[in-house]
Amino acid sequence: MSLFSFLKGKQKPGAPGDKGNVDRGIMVFENTSEVIQAENILKKEGWEIRVMGPPPEIQSGCDLVIEFPLIEELSLFRTLEKKGLPPLKIVPVSSPLLQPVELFQVKDFGEHIMVRAANMKLTVEKATGEIVNVSGGGCPDVPYLAYEMIGKTLANAPNPNEIGHTLCGYALQLAFEEVQRQCSP
Amino acid sequence: MLAIIGTVPTEGFPLISGKITLNDNHIHIGDERVAVNRGTAALIAAATKTAETLGHPAPFGYLAGDIGRGKGSLNLYKYLTEQLPQTDFQTLTFHYLQPMLDWHEHLQQAIDKMPERPTLIADAGFMYAAKMSGKAALYDLFTPDIGELAFLADEKAPHPFYTRGFILHDENRVADLISRAYTHNNAADFLLVKGRQDYLANREGIVETVDKPSEEALEAIGGTGDTLTGLVSALIDSGMTIKEAAVVAMQTNRLAGHYAKPTPATQVAEIIHHIPKALLKVLEKRD
Repeated sequence: MSLFSFLKGKQKPGAPGDKGNVDRGIMVFENTSEVIQAENILKKEGWEIRVMGPPPEIQSGCDLVIEFPLIEELSLFRTLEKKGLPPLKIVPVSSPLLQPVELFQVKDFGEHIMVRAANMKLTVEKATGEIVNVSGGGCPDVPYLAYEMIGKTLANAPNPNEIGHTLCGYALQLAFEEVQRQCSP
Repeated sequence: MLAIIGTVPTEGFPLISGKITLNDNHIHIGDERVAVNRGTAALIAAATKTAETLGHPAPFGYLAGDIGRGKGSLNLYKYLTEQLPQTDFQTLTFHYLQPMLDWHEHLQQAIDKMPERPTLIADAGFMYAAKMSGKAALYDLFTPDIGELAFLADEKAPHPFYTRGFILHDENRVADLISRAYTHNNAADFLLVKGRQDYLANREGIVETVDKPSEEALEAIGGTGDTLTGLVSALIDSGMTIKEAAVVAMQTNRLAGHYAKPTPATQVAEIIHHIPKALLKVLEKRD
């Protein structure tokens, strides 16, 4: 399942829901890149996890954490340890976590289409699928992602979550998936 | 003098500081050259063109390579914390830096040690850090786009990625978003908001709007916010008030965009070429 469909709000078994987060824990990593890698590993292995914002007491600037069913702590830790990506720490959560942005704005320019997710915008030529512009964002990987993606087609461009390292990169991934959806036949 | 602080998207690009020159779509600093495509390089290019047109010295740059891992930003924070107290810049513009709360604090302490407090302008990642630190009011000017304005308006969001859905990024609600940002002390003295219309606002509300010429395609072009920040930074450093500088910058950025006959595929370097002509036109009308 894509990150986008996940963020569209499909409730999974084991997700926190209305009863609160007492059965959930979070895994904290060194940086956002590690969170993205860990998310990819865990999702490939079928674990039901969510990428969320950290609670205020551990926010440092540009953060993501992985929320997971606390009962699975040991198995998840082993999975990540095997891949050389153990979390810095694992803590239970007792208060609601920040949700990543779920809203997209789509603008049709005629020959081009632009999708905005949070502060990131991605513009594509409809006929060819070529990425013609990346705008918005404030983290240092944004100019890097723009350099790597502009001029390539949606099929050939690198996924932002593979080469990005920050929340802006993560937001660009959401825009990337949405524009792929918009441009699919 | 104006100093611009930011990163370039090349891993291994050294931490470097110095006077900037602009040549052949590249900025030159020390022995390094950086293509003017987007990001801090676009901001610097716009500021340099503006300063040149006004007959003022080129800006000073502090740059480091960072592709999002944060190492270059961290080195820059450390370096500036040591260096800034020995400098006498009148204007400091902070741009693409990894938001790091603790280093934002150290940097503020370093700025306090400067002989005179400079005009402080923040955009991009450093603006995120300034807001998240709860010390936005220490800044003279923030230059958000509409999405970032919604983030400033959301007192709980530590990054635009977490802006809550009920705070819509809706241009029709700009006045509400501005008011909310000031209510929660998450805005600088002035906000210059880039959008379908550009707005200058302060705690009292919207002070000026500029909506002509209107080129819809500019919204899609990466770097048009960076050029606006570069323009307003150089104009403030030239001695204009923030209000005067913001209006001239908004008009010039739009006119330069218009001269470039933009499509959503236009690259910002094409717009930067038109800044001198647009600026002269705006200044001529103002006189």
